[in-house]
Amino acid sequence: MSFPWAEDYRPTNPFMRWMDERLPLPRLVYNAVGKGYPVPRNLNHFWNFGVLAGLALVLQIVTGVVLAMHFEPSAAGAFASTEHIMRDVNSGWFLRYAHANGASMFFVVTYIHIFRGLYYGSYKAPREMVWMLGLVIFLLMMATAFMGYVLPWGQMSFWAAKVITGLFGAIPLVGEPIQTWLLGGYAPDQPTLTRFFSLHYLLPFVIAGVIILHIWALHIPGSGNPTGVDVKTPQDTVPFHPYYTAKDGYGAGLFLIALAVLVFFLPNFLGHPVNYVPADPLSTPSHITPEWYFWPYYAILRAFTVDFLFVPAKLMGVAAMFASILLLFFLPWLDKSPVRSGSYRPMFKLFFVILLADIFVLGWMGGLPAEEPYVMISQIATIYYFAHFLIILPILSMVERTLPLPNSISESVLHGEAEEAAPADLTGAAPAKA
Amino acid sequence: MVRILGFLVGLGFVFLTAWSLGFGVWAYVTDPPRPTVEHEFHEHPRHVSYSFDGPFGRYDRQQLQRGFQVYREVCAACHGLQYVAFRNLHDLGYSEAEVRAIADQWPIQVPSINPETGEPATRKAIPADRFPNPYANATAARAANNNSLPPDLSLITKARDGGPAYVESLLTGYQNPPAHLPAENRPGTGLHYNPYFANLNIAMPPPITADGQVTYAPGNPPPTRGQMAHDVSAFLAWTAEPSQDSRKNAGLWTLIFLIFGTALAYLAYQNVWAGKKH
Repeated sequence: MSFPWAEDYRPTNPFMRWMDERLPLPRLVYNAVGKGYPVPRNLNHFWNFGVLAGLALVLQIVTGVVLAMHFEPSAAGAFASTEHIMRDVNSGWFLRYAHANGASMFFVVTYIHIFRGLYYGSYKAPREMVWMLGLVIFLLMMATAFMGYVLPWGQMSFWAAKVITGLFGAIPLVGEPIQTWLLGGYAPDQPTLTRFFSLHYLLPFVIAGVIILHIWALHIPGSGNPTGVDVKTPQDTVPFHPYYTAKDGYGAGLFLIALAVLVFFLPNFLGHPVNYVPADPLSTPSHITPEWYFWPYYAILRAFTVDFLFVPAKLMGVAAMFASILLLFFLPWLDKSPVRSGSYRPMFKLFFVILLADIFVLGWMGGLPAEEPYVMISQIATIYYFAHFLIILPILSMVERTLPLPNSISESVLHGEAEEAAPADLTGAAPAKA
Repeated sequence: MVRILGFLVGLGFVFLTAWSLGFGVWAYVTDPPRPTVEHEFHEHPRHVSYSFDGPFGRYDRQQLQRGFQVYREVCAACHGLQYVAFRNLHDLGYSEAEVRAIADQWPIQVPSINPETGEPATRKAIPADRFPNPYANATAARAANNNSLPPDLSLITKARDGGPAYVESLLTGYQNPPAHLPAENRPGTGLHYNPYFANLNIAMPPPITADGQVTYAPGNPPPTRGQMAHDVSAFLAWTAEPSQDSRKNAGLWTLIFLIFGTALAYLAYQNVWAGKKH
């Protein structure tokens, strides 16, 4: 597909030949994740996480479709039907815990996938579209997760719906009509629950569609790699199958073990106890907090506490929260360093580690109550977050002295050893050498 | 162009956050936040161990039966268990006939209609029924309880930080308010001081007041106040999570299967990549 030496699909089985002439679906699979897709040979385990995110989406859709068969999306019955699933539906507890913790694991692998991209410069030319489509997927995921959290109609579901739709209420002039329009009323109620259920069922399939575009765009230049050096010769690549299917199979096993530990032994560890109290519009929980994967953004939202001239603090918080993600769309043009991989950018590496720590601090503060000194700490962390992407990175990419890059992927792998000078085995499964 | 605009936007956000930060620091220095009364007097649940702690812990059916007895004789007068059915009591080791008898003799009847006239009526509970609520509705519950609402207990151990340990600490945590407790935080009429409760003053009067309040069947530990509180907390852990034992059993087998499968996947991965430098 992407390189001239990519293996061509030549079915030998007569049925597959017949099929290929009429509907070349096997050819598509062969070229996407089979022997027809040459991949750099030097990918490390951070390159497993895209496939793991896809696996997490499939698990969410499968468990979610079955849960929807037993769930009643009504303000009066949603909480009770969730308990019905937990108590009376065969293995219902497994479905619900797998779905709730599956969402957390989906975010874990997606965050690692995104930070992989940030460190290795995966957003740079010629992969800008891959990066931006990925961000679209991320935004859709956040919307889907938020609406799914509202469905059981517990206390935190209800108040999360109220707070998050309230963010749109901060927009000047049109804010309140928009909030009312989103909720279908003045407060979260039956219309809110019904539309959130409908959209929560729809958006995962939109995500699946954008994932197809994400992979399509990726296959034009082909996968990046830890050196950031372009693929030059057949020696630099191995066919996706069996090399990376085998590696991803191992990664998927580890992912499922982590998920199983959560589902079977710590099913409520990541949740909030207050959501086991049915929604009560007349009683505000003492501490409203979103799920952990939104904590960094929640900290940014709450970092703006004082009005500035005629701009209310709430509006600044909302703008900053959306900006914190939207600015990532411009990253390919903010960081103009010709070197992709952070491994060859000593200064960048330092700031990347600070950014990572900064986002952990934001997440930590986002989960705590809005009290001092937590708010001051999140303000300092918010300052660094924006400074990192909008001020430090652009300057850094102009002044930084980078380390010398290897001439090719195979040079970096073989370290000048000539023993494996033969081209990579293009036919796929090489017999294992002892 | 993008970088110039980005730079300006970045400076804007940095300035606005610093603006808020400046006010925050000034307030923190000139008027440092004082610890609230809740911070000073509120206590976290004591550490309690249960038979069902950890991946290998399971419910102790004998204990759950004792806890159910405490619930029936002490808690059920005010607190419902609306998500639990009498048939679920099979899990506690009761036989079919015992469950039927428990439902039949339950002091609160189930709302129904008179089959002749259609008038509202009540009937005796059957195993398929969920535990009937002690009050007809929330208004009736508040009217009978000095305007406080006794919460349903089905999910209480999952709905509070600390779970069963919270329930146990609360049940045994009633005490006289400390001498230096500010006057506005002292319990008013019909309230009781309990440092494990979020706002320190709880409307529920101490439910477990004396050793031997419930008579346990022979062969059980003596029903001290601590033992009764421990047993009913374990029972409420079961009402909140009745599938816990099967979940943990399934989990152990699932993990064995997944670790075996992942080991095979690892070997396949090593085999495919053998001799291939990367």
